[in-house]
Amino acid sequence: MFETLSSRLGGVLKGLRNRGRLTEQDVTQVLAEVRTALLEADVNVTVVRDVVERIRTQAVGATSSTALNPGQQIIKIVNDELISMLGGETLKIMYASAPPTVVLLAGLQGSGKTTSAAKLASWFKSQGRQPMLVGADLQRPAAVEQLRVLGAQLNIPVFSAPGDPVNTAALGLAEAKSLGRDVLIVDTAGRLAIDEEMMRQVKDISKAVKPNYTFLVVDAMTGQDAVTVAQAFDATLSIDAVILSKLDGDARGGAALSVKHVLGKPIAFAATGEKLDAFEQFHPDRMASRILGMGDMLTLIEQAEKVFEKDKAEETAAKMLEGEFTLADFLEQLQQLKKMGSLQGIMGMMPGMPKELKNAEISDDQVSRTEAIIYSMTAQERANPELINGSRRTRISKGSGTTVADVNRLVKQFTEMKKMMKQMGGKAGRGGKASKGIKGSEMPDELAAALSSRLGPR
Amino acid sequence: MLALNIFAQQVAADTAPKVFLVLALLVSLFGFGTIVVGRRTREPVSEIPSQIATQTAVKSAESVRDRLSKARDAFTGAISIALTHSSITQQTWDELEEALLRADVGVATTARVLGPLRELVKIKQITEPRDLISALRKEMTAQLSQNIRELNFDASLKAPNIWLVVGVNGAGKTTTIGKLSAQQRALGRSVLLAAGDTFRAAAGEQLETWATRSGAEIVRGAEGGDPSSVIFDGIARATSRNIDLVLADTAGRLQNNTNLMEELAKVRRVADKGSGKVTEVLLVIDATTGQNGLTQAKQFSLATQVTGVVLTKLDGSAKGGIVFAIETELGIPIKLVGLGETIDDLVAFDAAEFVSALFN
Repeated sequence: MFETLSSRLGGVLKGLRNRGRLTEQDVTQVLAEVRTALLEADVNVTVVRDVVERIRTQAVGATSSTALNPGQQIIKIVNDELISMLGGETLKIMYASAPPTVVLLAGLQGSGKTTSAAKLASWFKSQGRQPMLVGADLQRPAAVEQLRVLGAQLNIPVFSAPGDPVNTAALGLAEAKSLGRDVLIVDTAGRLAIDEEMMRQVKDISKAVKPNYTFLVVDAMTGQDAVTVAQAFDATLSIDAVILSKLDGDARGGAALSVKHVLGKPIAFAATGEKLDAFEQFHPDRMASRILGMGDMLTLIEQAEKVFEKDKAEETAAKMLEGEFTLADFLEQLQQLKKMGSLQGIMGMMPGMPKELKNAEISDDQVSRTEAIIYSMTAQERANPELINGSRRTRISKGSGTTVADVNRLVKQFTEMKKMMKQMGGKAGRGGKASKGIKGSEMPDELAAALSSRLGPR
Repeated sequence: MLALNIFAQQVAADTAPKVFLVLALLVSLFGFGTIVVGRRTREPVSEIPSQIATQTAVKSAESVRDRLSKARDAFTGAISIALTHSSITQQTWDELEEALLRADVGVATTARVLGPLRELVKIKQITEPRDLISALRKEMTAQLSQNIRELNFDASLKAPNIWLVVGVNGAGKTTTIGKLSAQQRALGRSVLLAAGDTFRAAAGEQLETWATRSGAEIVRGAEGGDPSSVIFDGIARATSRNIDLVLADTAGRLQNNTNLMEELAKVRRVADKGSGKVTEVLLVIDATTGQNGLTQAKQFSLATQVTGVVLTKLDGSAKGGIVFAIETELGIPIKLVGLGETIDDLVAFDAAEFVSALFN
């Protein structure tokens, strides 16, 4: 929906593609675009002002780089600055010498506390701890029941008692001690930061259980108000770290930057899916790319890492470059790709994809039809599609329930693709290895800047 | 990589069915992506955060309305400075812009509403900051006054009216249904709640509590079951018992989750097929939501043909400005506003009140 930073900068920088250095005037124009991009990502207005000033000092007279054009350079500066603002200190849990280590969760209604409580408990369990959950949200109907169900799924005990939440939390602590659980996670009711009575209640809960850690749960979709909320909860509870929830959505998540900036406390965890194990440590570099609308390339790569076998993928890439890629290889890669989730979704995460492609419909139907065609080929035909003559074509189309035209199209497109791949191999061959052949000016700006940020200065 | 880029452009330009090429592109990108991965480094985890002294202010209970006005009071400032000036300067514009941005109205929408006023100031039709602000208020209120905000209830139907409630996780769907149920019961209508959120643990229990509180019937399915069939059953039950209104709850879902959105589209189709009639599809949006709200409205509309927005949690410090963009840019009327946790806290949307709160 919103333009990426690089497409915004495109117009401004067109005139100075070939100049190495940015003047102060160029920078002012560029910063206006940076400001808009950050605001569209829901970074708080006040925080945006700070960010823009930090970037201004770095951007003026930034030395020319051989690898990056001015646009890429600006994106890299902005990206690096966001990474450093989002990162810094990380949270390392120090377990209490006298267990249990108590963790208190607080936040607005619907920010995702109960789900995060369960996910956090599961995380502690994976760290070899014996967590227990306390349901101190006696406000929302069935909140405790929700926690009990989640606890049962995770095989983690859940304690709650009706009546007063402060008392419930205290009883929960006593229970954890008597059961010898070494981590206690206290889920509290959602409350508005300006609701004094409820804020006092959560403060009382905090006094009763004396948490070692207090986490604020913040919805990744939050807008400008994130700052107010974070400050109010911090003033009442002294927040140690933030859990960013619903990061599997498509919000740019500027709230993360706002909260980090005003609290100066680390974002410890990110909740990234509906499943209880979709909970991971926070990655500042990914968040930076995301805020800038650069596609979640790194998440994508990580996902790919999970499903692709590395040796095999390298072998396939080599085959592609040498033009020896077959339909059988293609089919295999496609199967792997499908494990990563919806192809449409993957496409959306890809930075620098032309808009037409991002919006292209890839239905499961079409994918399975493509698969069916290849499945209906013999091994020889998959290895060498040129074999496919009229009668083979008819057989394949009958076998796959498609038309001869469909089969034709697939074969034609495959041949085109192979040619393309081979051309690329030729290019890479001249520059040495494939990945070294990548030059800043030849790939999408976002990708160049993101890779450059990761790989360090050349 | 250049070749890949060209490849991508070509694929995009080709208007013929291009499923295969798109797939091929994805496959090849991953071939290379994996090579790049090998060079990644990981940062070590270290250090613990520091502590900050706590302090808190405590006061006794207040009514929702009081709390609301309190929230507003905390946000005076930006505009009041502009008011002290005698002429309209760049600073006036900056302050107006900032007020709108802080209310989550969004960059593009803010530019859109301020644009015509800049013209009026340029030709000296407006010269005082005070007049400028009231002109802006008037203009924004006018832009919100083109929609019908009543909830659609077709009393002539022989079968139940169906109101479907959709939205992202944690927006406040179930609570909204509870309040709606109580209010509709108070109007003398019989109500059945269909517990279509079969995903979230104990969502059914939560709805059951509201059914009991409001004197409505409820139809629940198995946890993890098919939401469409629960809602279909609800409609069937309501029809056989001559119940006026079915309020159908759905599981919260993020709009970029294609599978879950497809599931929701199916819920809508199934609801249309039953004996009743879907007369309202309400999208619930949390007032703290930022610019993503616009994407939510677009995607949920595509899946379910949303007929109205419910803006929840407006009693907090967030102003919910994104719904201004939703209504003026997508044409989906804001119908209800949630101002607290009790049944009476769900009220009709008032454009003038909403707009003036944006500036306070």
